[in-house]
Amino acid sequence: MLYIKCPHCGMRPQIEFSYGGDASVKRPELNKDVSDQDWDDFVYNRKSLRGKHLELWQHISGCRQWIKVERDTSTHEISRTFKADEEVA
Amino acid sequence: MSQNFRIENVGLINKDKKLCFKFNGKKYFGYEGDTLASALLANGVHLVGRSFKYHRPRGFFGAGVDEPYAIVQLYRNNETEPNIKATEQELFEGLEAKSVNCWPSVNFDIGAINNFLKIFLPAGFYYKTFMWPKSFWYRIYEPFIRKAAGLGVASIKHDKERYEHKYEHCDLLIAGSGPSGLSSAYAAAKNGAKVILAEDKPRFGGSLLTSDVNIGNQSGKEWAEGIIAELKTMPNVVVKNRSQIFGYYDHNMLVMSEKVSDHLPATKKYHPNKRLWYIRAKEVLISSGSIERPIVFGNNDTPGVMLSSAAKEYLKVYGVLVGRNPLIFTNNDSGYETAIEFKKHGVDPIVLDSRKNPESEIINEAKNIGINIKNSYVVVAAQGYKKVKSADIASISDDKKQLGKIENIQCDCICVSGFWTPTIHLASQSGNKTKFKEEIDAFIPGQSKQNERTLGAANGVFSLEETLKTSFAAGSELSKKITENDNEVLIPNVVEKKSSKHDKFWCVPLPEGKNYKRFLDFQNDVSVSDVEIALKEGYRSIEHVKRYTTLGMATDQGKTSNLNGLQLVSEIENKVVPAVGHTTFRPPYTPVSIGAIVGREIGKHSKPTRKSPMHAWHEKNNAVFVDAGVWLRPRYYKRGNENLFEGSKREAKNVRTNVGVCDVTTLGKIDIKGPDAAELLNRVYTNAWLKLPVGKARYGVMLREDGIVMDDGTTTRISENHYHMTTTTAQAANVLSHLEYYLQLVWPELNANVVSTTEQWAGAAIAGPKSRDLLQKLFPNSNVSNEGLPFMGYMEDDLYGVKARIFRISFSGELAYEINVESDNGNFMWEKIMEVGEEFKIQPYGTEALSTLRIEMGHVAGSELDGRTIPYDNALESLVSKKKDFIGKRSLQRTAFIADDRQRIVGVVPLDKKTSIPEGSHLVKDANAPLPNPKLGHISASCWSVEYDNPFSLAILKDGKNMIGEKLFVMSPLKNKVIPVEIVSSHYVDPKGERVRS
Ligand SMILES: [Zn+2]
Repeated sequence: MLYIKCPHCGMRPQIEFSYGGDASVKRPELNKDVSDQDWDDFVYNRKSLRGKHLELWQHISGCRQWIKVERDTSTHEISRTFKADEEVA
Repeated sequence: MSQNFRIENVGLINKDKKLCFKFNGKKYFGYEGDTLASALLANGVHLVGRSFKYHRPRGFFGAGVDEPYAIVQLYRNNETEPNIKATEQELFEGLEAKSVNCWPSVNFDIGAINNFLKIFLPAGFYYKTFMWPKSFWYRIYEPFIRKAAGLGVASIKHDKERYEHKYEHCDLLIAGSGPSGLSSAYAAAKNGAKVILAEDKPRFGGSLLTSDVNIGNQSGKEWAEGIIAELKTMPNVVVKNRSQIFGYYDHNMLVMSEKVSDHLPATKKYHPNKRLWYIRAKEVLISSGSIERPIVFGNNDTPGVMLSSAAKEYLKVYGVLVGRNPLIFTNNDSGYETAIEFKKHGVDPIVLDSRKNPESEIINEAKNIGINIKNSYVVVAAQGYKKVKSADIASISDDKKQLGKIENIQCDCICVSGFWTPTIHLASQSGNKTKFKEEIDAFIPGQSKQNERTLGAANGVFSLEETLKTSFAAGSELSKKITENDNEVLIPNVVEKKSSKHDKFWCVPLPEGKNYKRFLDFQNDVSVSDVEIALKEGYRSIEHVKRYTTLGMATDQGKTSNLNGLQLVSEIENKVVPAVGHTTFRPPYTPVSIGAIVGREIGKHSKPTRKSPMHAWHEKNNAVFVDAGVWLRPRYYKRGNENLFEGSKREAKNVRTNVGVCDVTTLGKIDIKGPDAAELLNRVYTNAWLKLPVGKARYGVMLREDGIVMDDGTTTRISENHYHMTTTTAQAANVLSHLEYYLQLVWPELNANVVSTTEQWAGAAIAGPKSRDLLQKLFPNSNVSNEGLPFMGYMEDDLYGVKARIFRISFSGELAYEINVESDNGNFMWEKIMEVGEEFKIQPYGTEALSTLRIEMGHVAGSELDGRTIPYDNALESLVSKKKDFIGKRSLQRTAFIADDRQRIVGVVPLDKKTSIPEGSHLVKDANAPLPNPKLGHISASCWSVEYDNPFSLAILKDGKNMIGEKLFVMSPLKNKVIPVEIVSSHYVDPKGERVRS
């Protein structure tokens, strides 16, 4: 079971969180024309990375904040976590 | 029966406490502190079961967790448990156990015919035997195999035992209480670190209990006892015996199974049977020791052949002689230690050493006390069927390829030592890439992946002095890092005998003309020839060889077989062992009871049960409840002998004719506040929300980004910047997360907040033509006329002194209202409604009647919003705004979603107006078409229309728009039904929706 550092609450076990997918996906802006390809990429197409992956988790049984977690998909090592509005350098 | 093989004044058992037990129906005696294995051996019982595949007789091979044979079915306190190792099961008064894998009995076993069959169930027999003819499989092979095979029988009764889960954090978790574990635990404890020390056996001390060493001028065993006693007094230390750490998971989370009650005749009141510990450790020290490996020779599975370390343990811990005429077969000095122990207790062993001229302190001691030693000698084959009677032995050439003349010597047991295999399972589970250590012919942990370190024999260090030194150092260093204390601990002086190098010899060649079975995996009956066949048939990867032969795949996970299997593959393939590589170790290290994994989360405790504030009233009024997500909701209120069909029909009819009341507390409720709340709703719902006036409600549909309907419900504008959203019962949590996702991540610029208020409000829906009259009586000071409170209107009032919210919304399609009060007043509200409603013939109605009412009206619910439908499919396209953008809108342009023959909701009526239509049935054009009959759609919900008194269903049908009036067939192969039906509008009752507006 992963041990995730919530930037708001501290170290918490995985069972308190729910997974939210790739954090690098940007939703196309509202009221703008979006090509089929771009929309497809936004809704369906995800890279299946081996290595560092920035992903979303929600601290669902805690502060209910969505956070960003930098996790290695092959080792499960978590290097950094960020608040929703924090810029990832 | 007499204790034939017990020696006086030896062992750690309590001779003052005699215990009676039964094995295969026969009565025996043992002592407190015995295992079932030691007690049986003391009684001279060596035959404990039959092997898995060939049903060859099986005895005891080890003395602990590595045991591959002695698996029994245990009977304890009117319960039974399979897959129990006799070598681990402690004896208690009244214990009963039976052999497994034998039928009809362990002495006469029909399956043993397999052993003599010409077709000898070779490698891959799971894949290639019994495949033809097919009909034979069901009638003959499978029943036969089922009866004959298996490692015991699982009980089908409810398990009365209790299992607990416990969560712990610690600085150092130490697996194993041998010399290494004790040293590091002691050093770390002295630095004030929070330490958990886990030992799988009942006794602490590991190898110190059986080895002949001195630590700090005490025997190893005394030193261990002293350390444990001191650790137990320290508040920062938890010491646990009978506790196996079986899994090493991510981020230093380990799981340990503590056997709390297995050693007792019955579990004590309020005690668990087992306790599962989830331990998050800062540092993990793996001191799991090593397991002796066998040497492979002919018939090496005969009862009486066992590990030499096991024979020593039976002697030193339990005072039991495994034989009176032992033969010891070794390639290293360990065999001599066992020989010396035998000799000390008046038994004359013979030692066969595969080495030519070994010399060491231990060997000298053996020689000095007159032990018969034969160098360059091996056991070629064990003789005897149910027990070793003699051994064929021979000298062996220096290159280990040629056998000398075969002699037969008498013996009653053969104790084997093929050197030691470090127990690296936990390290491997943590992700450690193990490496092969040439000097010991075995794998040891390599680079640590998590915060783990492996010490002592588990790390391939077999010198006690070195083990203590490194373990004390590791305990000090790691604890210092955490606690910043640096208390010096003196490392005691050690006296141990130096040993000589072992022989890289593991398998005795077959003598000419003999075809003895030489077993590698004793639990799964995998022999040398099986692996040879697998390689001959082209299997190369060790992972494939493992699966094809099942080598190492039994419940013992190949603890005694893995390395010899690798040696064989490397030899045939002419590769070095590290190039062959080993298979991955996965948790659990030992089998874990399913009950322990489940813990307390069974029955009612498997999920929370949520009840509305009116639950007690429902109970008192004969409600029959149904699970709705985690909620319990009344399905119908039973009157007399009514069944569900009759009761729900009565309730639904009463709504259509008078007035009914339904508990709608379970609906999800979300409070939304902020200046941008309207903008949020406008983006989340498909329809327009910016112009909703205060005091008005609106129905909305929300989509996922892929265009699929996520949920529906009404949202009411309570005041300028305050909205009250309702969701379906099932989607409440998902919708909240969905809103939080967009507010926190996608549109953080929106100034709005959301919070769940599901539990803050109790809700009652009153529906039916008389609902307005009832409402007026409940709120005499308000104008609730069609003008005063129009459809989709909202008002607040006072219900006999209780603050109430009144919404004019309808799910039943009748004139209806929903009243919300604070949860604590829910029951008060309900009773008032029932009391005042009496004159209007009010009846409560449950979810079944509610379903009927909504189905008749063509209102969609969860069975239509099933994660596969878009608004059009549910006839909700009029709610999809063409002007504004919203979540999922772009997806609605997908080709399949705009296809001319897109699926759409329709109504379905059986032509005979009598036959009920099963939900989930398929709609087809031709009932007699050849299979697979093309499916046009499916029945999503069915009811008995109370309006027309005939069955009515909703369906999602291909090209539903153009199918009204068509005649199709409903097919339900499950219920064996074919029903001719007519397709009608989904709005079966009141298609213009006049009633809700009346
Ligand atoms: Zn948090």
